[in-house]
Amino acid sequence: MSKKVLAALQEQFGEEVVLKTHSHRGDDTAEIVPEMIREVCRWLKSDPEMAFQQVSDITCVDWLGQSPRFEVVYQLYSLTRRHRVRLKCRVDESDPRLPSVQPVWKGANWLEREAYDMYGIVFEGHPDLRRLLLYPEFIGHPLRKDYPIRGEQPLVTMRDPESQRPVMPGGTLIQLKRPEGVRPVAEEN
Amino acid sequence: MTKLDETGGLPIIPTSREDAIGFFSALKTGKAHGGLNWARRFSLFQYPFVTACCGMEYMSISSARFDMGRFGAEVPRFTPRQADLLMVVGTITHKQAPVLRRVWEAMPEPRWVMAFGVCASTGGFYQNYTAVEGIDRIIPVDVYVPGCPPRPEQVIDALMLLQDKVSTEVRGVAGARRPVVVE
Repeated sequence: MSKKVLAALQEQFGEEVVLKTHSHRGDDTAEIVPEMIREVCRWLKSDPEMAFQQVSDITCVDWLGQSPRFEVVYQLYSLTRRHRVRLKCRVDESDPRLPSVQPVWKGANWLEREAYDMYGIVFEGHPDLRRLLLYPEFIGHPLRKDYPIRGEQPLVTMRDPESQRPVMPGGTLIQLKRPEGVRPVAEEN
Repeated sequence: MTKLDETGGLPIIPTSREDAIGFFSALKTGKAHGGLNWARRFSLFQYPFVTACCGMEYMSISSARFDMGRFGAEVPRFTPRQADLLMVVGTITHKQAPVLRRVWEAMPEPRWVMAFGVCASTGGFYQNYTAVEGIDRIIPVDVYVPGCPPRPEQVIDALMLLQDKVSTEVRGVAGARRPVVVE
């Protein structure tokens, strides 16, 4: 039914902004130029025909080895029109930044923080971009595919010195650099 | 203290009268710690550190059907200063680990720790950046209860094993404490 959302998007913004569209069994997807994502979202929310009042989710896909590497995915839902659309933006590893859509939907605040926490995507204009699920001392972004699977970063000293991580499979230590100005949680004793 | 009934295989819990006699006889024979241990084993005040799905099992065990109160482990205390049994129920993440360590440090001696479920005992199926693979990497553990989640019988068994351990403990002997594993 809602291919009309894609059609309206293309009509409103043209090919320079809406790079690709895709529809499969009622799932409609549009790939948007990253710089324009906030304008596209603002229009999708404010246009009475579109009326996407809700951002259900913002997440990211790591296509390791491809360029651009990351795909930021926005799931939008209209509470009044009851239609959905999915927007995607490709950003590269060297400079993974996007305009924040937090000014459009307040609900995007934590969703963007989570994407930042897990994938290291920087959302410009976000009022409070810091880690959401992990602790501030954490180094790296664990849902990136090149993050070591067993890369634990303990906050307290382990009782068994041998089980101090982070280690890679095979037992070699991971060299992780803590960002400046961040101190580890105070150790006991 | 557990005896198996030949007919039904049900555990027989000694009455408090039998135990009270045991308490005074332990005192009489000059082993003061025996009497103290008797008091401790039947007044375990638990601190339930409940983080995950095992918490549902904990609720079941501590409510009327399985009735942990039979073992003198009736009173959950949500302040570590009034508890001597720390029950770590559920997954402990690296983000939580400092909190768990602090709770344990705030508990007065003598104190005991039960690792409730596979996540607390070994990390369970987590082997990544989030979970602590076994709380014994942070704090010493007295009883490990495997299972995802453990059956109530396993927890009760663990509790009774811990009580046995408490009753035989000799204070002041370094290295006397060893963990018990529930089959």
